[in-house]
Amino acid sequence: MNREQALFEYTLRIADDSLILGHRVSEWCGHGPILEEDIAMTNIALDLVGQATNFLEYAAKVDGKGKTADDLAFLRYDRDYRNALLVEQKNGHFGDTMARQFFFDVFRKLFFEGLTKSTDETLAAIAEKSLKETKYHLKHSSEWVIRLGDGTEESHQKIQESINNLWRFTEELFFSNDVDTMLLESGIAVDLNALYPLWKSQVAHVLAEATLEIPSGTFQQKGGRTGFHSEHLGYLLAEMQYMQRAYPGMEW
Amino acid sequence: MVTKNEIWQLLEQVSDPEIPVLTIVDLGIVREVELEDNHCTITITPTYSGCPAMQVIEKGIEELLEGIISVTVKSTLSPAWTTDWLSENGRNKLREYGIAPPEHEVDKSVLFAAPTVVPCPLCKSSNTKMVSQFGSTACKAHYQCNECMEPFDYFKCLK
Ligand SMILES: [Zn+2]
Repeated sequence: MNREQALFEYTLRIADDSLILGHRVSEWCGHGPILEEDIAMTNIALDLVGQATNFLEYAAKVDGKGKTADDLAFLRYDRDYRNALLVEQKNGHFGDTMARQFFFDVFRKLFFEGLTKSTDETLAAIAEKSLKETKYHLKHSSEWVIRLGDGTEESHQKIQESINNLWRFTEELFFSNDVDTMLLESGIAVDLNALYPLWKSQVAHVLAEATLEIPSGTFQQKGGRTGFHSEHLGYLLAEMQYMQRAYPGMEW
Repeated sequence: MVTKNEIWQLLEQVSDPEIPVLTIVDLGIVREVELEDNHCTITITPTYSGCPAMQVIEKGIEELLEGIISVTVKSTLSPAWTTDWLSENGRNKLREYGIAPPEHEVDKSVLFAAPTVVPCPLCKSSNTKMVSQFGSTACKAHYQCNECMEPFDYFKCLK
């Protein structure tokens, strides 16, 4: 693996987290529990897909094989996606979606703060742009975790279950391998090991405010970062890629 | 031959497709106009990553300058757009249009901070409440006035 290959792989991870979560969140369009939330979800999905576009454009450039951002978004197979398992999990009920978003947003804010200091100017620039949006997403998801946790008996119980169910996908957000080692040396990558304790303490802070328990289970599931996904991704891709598969090369 | 200043003035004719009362110059999304050998390069920056208006704006600039000077429109992400770049003129136009302009203060802490006090653009009362941080477009939040009861858009602060 040379530096370009590592940078491509690294950029794909970031892009795919945004792309797959953006698609997931967009599934709420027309199904939000209230109109304001429907609008909020579609706004967040738009931000995420916009971020994905920026990162995929860069990935395509680094790759240097004449592919476009759209080629990467719509014409890869499931094993070629590098998103974390967390973001491909199904929306479930609104509490499930908010718990997933909350875990991700805390991670993303810390990650983008780090990435703005990257020696890679393009990654730093996209991170700077994306960070501002992520702060709004985090505020939104944190407030919902608190509102549901510290709400009624039923909402408390439901969001606690969501937190418990999704907990096993959280550690993968901090997955690193030789890609990270190579890019850390040149100051391109963010040191994920250093972020993990910060993530844990910020999550604990909000869960405490929400009167929710930090899950005690230690089992963690991983695989997304190396292309081993859950069955849910296949269904998502089938819908997301349908147009390009049915009408190759079509444009709006 | 057209000058840089004249191009800046011409750009005042391109409005934001989502908030037509504002021009792209008011919004601060035109970052640079460069003139060289009868060719003009204009650099613009998006308000939000997924802003769907960027392509329309790019087309708008190209059409505006067609027959005047050949033009390339470039897009840049850094430095990232901030609501501080919204001109005073733009703020007044927003208010007249019924959209509350962004407050200058930063949202101090992302978590647990009380929402910014946003005066109602219609009756000027400060007794308003945030309905949702996310509004009709990426750059707006949804508020309601407790005095005149009117719902209104707030052009939210982005820093
Ligand atoms: Zn009012």
